[in-house]
Amino acid sequence: MIAETCDLESVAQCYDKAAKACTRRIIICAGTGCVANGSLRVHSAFVRAIRERGLAVDTVLRAEGEGFDDAEAKTLVTKSGCQGFCQMGPLVSVEPDGILYCRVKPEDVAEIVEQTLILQEPVERLLYTDQTTGRHCHGTNDIDFYARQRRTVLKECGTLDPENIREYIGHGGYKAAQKAYTEMTDEQVCRELIDSGLRGRGGGGFPTGKKWDLTRIQPKGKKYIICNGDEGDPGAFMDRSVMEGNPHSVLEGMMIAARAVGADEGYIYVRAEYPLAVERVRKAVDDALAMGILGDDLFGTGESLYLHVMEGAGAFVCGEETALMSSIEGKRGMPSPKPPFPAQSGLWGKPTVINNVETLASVPLILRNGAAWFRSVGTQTSPGTKTFALTGHVVNTGLIEVPFGTTLREIIYNIGGGITDQEGVVLEDGFKAVQIGGPSGGCLTKDHLDLPLDFDSLRSVGAMVGSGGLVAMNNKTCMVKIARFFMQFTQNESCGKCVPCREGTKQMLALLDDIIEGRATKETLDLLERLARTVQRASLCGLGKTAPSPVLSTLRHFREEYEAHVFEKRCPTGNCKDLADFRILAGTCMGCGKCLAACPVGAISGEARQPHTIDTGKCIKCGACLATCTWNAVVRG
Amino acid sequence: MEEQFVNIDGKPVLIEGEKNLLELIRKAGVDIPTFCYHSELSAYGACRLCIVDIEGMGIVTSCSTLPRGGMVVKTYTPEIRETRKMTVELLLADHDMRCPTCGKNGTCQLQALARRMGIRDIRFKPTRKPLPVDNSTFSLVRDPNRCVLCGDCVRVCAEIQGIGAIDFANRGAQVTVTPAFGKNLDEVDCVYCGQCARVCPTGAITPKSEVEAVWNDIHDAKKTVVAQIAPAVRVAVGEAFGLEPGTVATGKLVAALRAIGFDKVYDTSFTADLTIFEEAGEFLQRFASGEDMPQFTSCCPAWVKFAEQNCPDLLENLSSCKSPQQMFGALAKDVLPSDLNVEREQLSVVSIMPCTAKKYEAKLGKFERKGMPDVDHVLTTQELARMIVEAGIDFNLLEPDSLDMPFGFKTGAGVLFGASGGVSEAVLRYAVETVEGRKPASIDFHAVRGAAGIREATVELGGKPLRLAVVHGLANAKAVVEKVRSGESNYDFIEVMACPGGCINGAGQPVYSDSKVRDKRTAGIYAADKQLDVHCSQENPYIHRTYAEVLGEVGGDTAHRLLHTGYQNRRRLNHAEMALHQGEHTDRVNVTVCVGTSCHVKGAQKLLSKLIRYVGDKNWGQYVDIKATFCMEACDRGPTVNVAGIEINHCTMDKATEVLDAEVGKLLATVEVRAGKAGYVTLQDFEKQTAAGILRFLETLSQDKGCAGCQPGPNGCGCEH
Repeated sequence: MIAETCDLESVAQCYDKAAKACTRRIIICAGTGCVANGSLRVHSAFVRAIRERGLAVDTVLRAEGEGFDDAEAKTLVTKSGCQGFCQMGPLVSVEPDGILYCRVKPEDVAEIVEQTLILQEPVERLLYTDQTTGRHCHGTNDIDFYARQRRTVLKECGTLDPENIREYIGHGGYKAAQKAYTEMTDEQVCRELIDSGLRGRGGGGFPTGKKWDLTRIQPKGKKYIICNGDEGDPGAFMDRSVMEGNPHSVLEGMMIAARAVGADEGYIYVRAEYPLAVERVRKAVDDALAMGILGDDLFGTGESLYLHVMEGAGAFVCGEETALMSSIEGKRGMPSPKPPFPAQSGLWGKPTVINNVETLASVPLILRNGAAWFRSVGTQTSPGTKTFALTGHVVNTGLIEVPFGTTLREIIYNIGGGITDQEGVVLEDGFKAVQIGGPSGGCLTKDHLDLPLDFDSLRSVGAMVGSGGLVAMNNKTCMVKIARFFMQFTQNESCGKCVPCREGTKQMLALLDDIIEGRATKETLDLLERLARTVQRASLCGLGKTAPSPVLSTLRHFREEYEAHVFEKRCPTGNCKDLADFRILAGTCMGCGKCLAACPVGAISGEARQPHTIDTGKCIKCGACLATCTWNAVVRG
Repeated sequence: MEEQFVNIDGKPVLIEGEKNLLELIRKAGVDIPTFCYHSELSAYGACRLCIVDIEGMGIVTSCSTLPRGGMVVKTYTPEIRETRKMTVELLLADHDMRCPTCGKNGTCQLQALARRMGIRDIRFKPTRKPLPVDNSTFSLVRDPNRCVLCGDCVRVCAEIQGIGAIDFANRGAQVTVTPAFGKNLDEVDCVYCGQCARVCPTGAITPKSEVEAVWNDIHDAKKTVVAQIAPAVRVAVGEAFGLEPGTVATGKLVAALRAIGFDKVYDTSFTADLTIFEEAGEFLQRFASGEDMPQFTSCCPAWVKFAEQNCPDLLENLSSCKSPQQMFGALAKDVLPSDLNVEREQLSVVSIMPCTAKKYEAKLGKFERKGMPDVDHVLTTQELARMIVEAGIDFNLLEPDSLDMPFGFKTGAGVLFGASGGVSEAVLRYAVETVEGRKPASIDFHAVRGAAGIREATVELGGKPLRLAVVHGLANAKAVVEKVRSGESNYDFIEVMACPGGCINGAGQPVYSDSKVRDKRTAGIYAADKQLDVHCSQENPYIHRTYAEVLGEVGGDTAHRLLHTGYQNRRRLNHAEMALHQGEHTDRVNVTVCVGTSCHVKGAQKLLSKLIRYVGDKNWGQYVDIKATFCMEACDRGPTVNVAGIEINHCTMDKATEVLDAEVGKLLATVEVRAGKAGYVTLQDFEKQTAAGILRFLETLSQDKGCAGCQPGPNGCGCEH
């Protein structure tokens, strides 16, 4: 059944009333990372513990007509989407106390209930401890990881119950959509977006308002709106977090987009590997339909919009818009040449707008607060904020949101807490590079630490914002191997349609293997570079055109590292096994004989209590000696 | 509208409705290389060879770019040169490079491009892991090791033929073109038209060669080898020797065949004339009676297989005439042994065909008599050209020779079969005179000629309008079939040829890349008609003589035995029939129970067991055959049981036994009941035998291609597949 047109105001009032009836709210992060670490068990432990303590507890906010009851003060225990600080999960926030507990286990719950709920005191051992100062941080306000971010799109991801549409409405949700349908013309909506300067967060950075306007001006008739939730970059989970944490913001963004271009049907294409996102987005669509927010006669205007949730089948290339559309059409997900652009001829040949999740989630905020507000953060050409998935050799990994124009230094050192070694120990001056923008992006080096990051500055140094993956690398990282890693990824994920991408990535991979395994010559390096440029120039779609980026950008910034591999047959970081010779430091070796016994090919010789030696001709570089030596006398390189 | 120009390499070129920049540039005389572009197919943009540099846009593929006035295009810059060269080099690194033994050696586009780009060295490593070659059909060989993944075959099969027997599978470096689930071509809906082979730029899909077998027959002193030449071959064979496409080279062809060692050389156009007598005769009967209308032609084996697979409901509408190739084979094997004084076993009939599906057709069991095929071997035009070269014959120096009589005599109508619309025109030339008793005003029926995929024409015949449709390309055929089914169209006669343009564009014809070749060959067919003295089949004196001496009447018994055939519904698993019990008496009542998915869920299995028990109880074992079978295509009316040819729908035990009792009763009344019970099976044995039979049956099924449920009857059997 489809409900009558929804009165947002009364829903919000009911919600407020219900919210006021709850004195405390415990929010347990139910993002994928925290769920994997057991946050759902923590959630049920809270409900049980509070009940056992004789306090009133509820897990949903009940409005009038749904069992609303303000007879006694209640504690509300809800789940939220990803709160970003995944490394520290399961995360538990207690409001209005403003406390954030980290790595909470079910057995900690009773103590929190006793200490915080009853005695109003924080449990110190569960607070975040600043690694450098040793200080216990009370909540998000004094944790650098959060305090230095500017969370706008992600703001409500960590607080709202993503499965409760009333809560979203209570926080002003769907008002922007209502405004777009009832107070603005399609042209005005596009104008507002153009004025805001919002650029696509999916990688390309194309101005969203312009994209909409191009679709709007197509002849009236069937048009589609698509939300691209096929986030596939290794290590990226921005879109996932938004879909899991605040699915209604994406829906609202789609409604506004539909209004702007005149679409009455849309698809949300989500990776099947994101089951939680699929579930929550599906529920959001069902709830919105049931409340009369989606469906027919939107806000009494006679317009209609129906949304379908579609699961991808795991191909990276389906994030490319033409491939995504053929996947929705039930065909093999392969890109097709542009033009025609989706705005002219997209899904089933109809004008189509296709936007990324984060882009769409930004839209309601722009309509609610105005273009000027949006422009007040970020840079001139890239206004607003951007989410990044920060991973790799940094202290704090997780999901962050910063204004465009923030420097890499701020992100790595102040938010990320600095560079670590492989074991997680902070390294002074350990920074080597970041890979930004996933497998299609490029690397940034020390020279770029103070570069304000935005679409254009990154492009000028041969990298890209991409979807926002940020992998930090310490100085023990071999950049040739990094290039190979990403090349392996794109090679596997190439759809195989066009020759340069299908064959070129395969051959680039083979050439990188030659370099890493010591077979390369000067010609190899030259051929690799020429091939990379050919693939970049001639590939059919964005995936192919950007596939050589990791190679080209590492060649640009770390050529000497390549040259060491090629000409000296040496890996400066000692990571490439085939290039590294194992040696025993005569001065350090105690002649204990452990390595001699461990060597499977008898390459080690030496008298007892005398320094041993390795016959490099026999050595198969298995590393057994290195692993057994207790004196640190075996070295590689 | 104002004239719009594109500046191509400094020269202004007028846009005249070209659908993409590539066509415009080619018009301007620059040969842009491509693998994946075919004007008849959708632009695909995968080979990246047609890149050009457009001012303000950079490097783009010209196949997917619309020409716009004012564009400034450069077709050969250092960047383009390097990119194209490297692209071809990448393909070569991934290619099976055993060129000398490849069927496409010399006509391969990859070879040609490598030569053109001056590639002398492949700097990349060979990466290809050998994949198995698909040799499963009589028509085509699919060698994925030679595939460049341009997708031409995939698109021609899906877009032109509406079949989609092959498609891409896997990702990245593992991508292959393959039938579904890695099956072989003989296990899927391939109709063997070979259009995939025609568009394949390399040797990944090629016609299967029968050259060795033909040489063996020729070199076998005991054998008499006769050839029949299909109409379309004469206008294309010359291309293999540098002649202009469309050149009518019948005389040289005959001389070449004799030089190779063929004992007699005949013309398939003769049996095309014969087809007109039979098919037009059949049509005029139907046209008068209105039964089984419209009539579809049946000369194209790819279309026939397509119809057997997709239109079992319309098989009655197909002309029952064999194709001219098979008519020739049947007639030759019937007449020539005595005429040429050879043993039937020592007569080898070889057809020279433009077609790969003809190879499959010749191997069909229904075209075999006394264990010998009517047509022993089928050579494509390409194969024959190769034999001529192999034998060291200089085709161009040959003196034209004439065909052997009587089967070498044909009229222009018989030759028209080579082009789309030709059969219709030949029928019209015959029908108008036959019905109206006078020659038509003009024997040229331009209404049925042309290049459009579906052409319609109405011709007055005996005061009645005769509505024709001429279709080529099976996707078009599919569309017309839908119109016939829905009643939207009311055609009387529908000519279908699988290949675009008809037989002249068959997959066995010489390889070409110039899109004008097809039209030139068509023109050649009409020129060949003009060159002959007689143009209507009814004017062929040898046909009349053949009827008088061999066939009797048109449509008569002998004609039927030799010249007509039946069709098989390929949606039904005909061979998947299990005899559960076989009686031993000479006259028996046949009981068939459908155990297809739909009938099964409605209780067919129980019914079958009960019937077996019933027959046992009645002691009728020797008079009854019981079989389980798959889909009788009455899925909505199941369970379906057939007793002595009577189909019982919604069958119950009562309904079945009522008919069975009556039929066995009838039988018993006519036979002498044997004394004693020696020949009877006990009930116990009977059921034991049945159980073993079911097991055997299930085993054969599990090896089969699928269950009947996958190929539901017209009403859909409700199977989940």
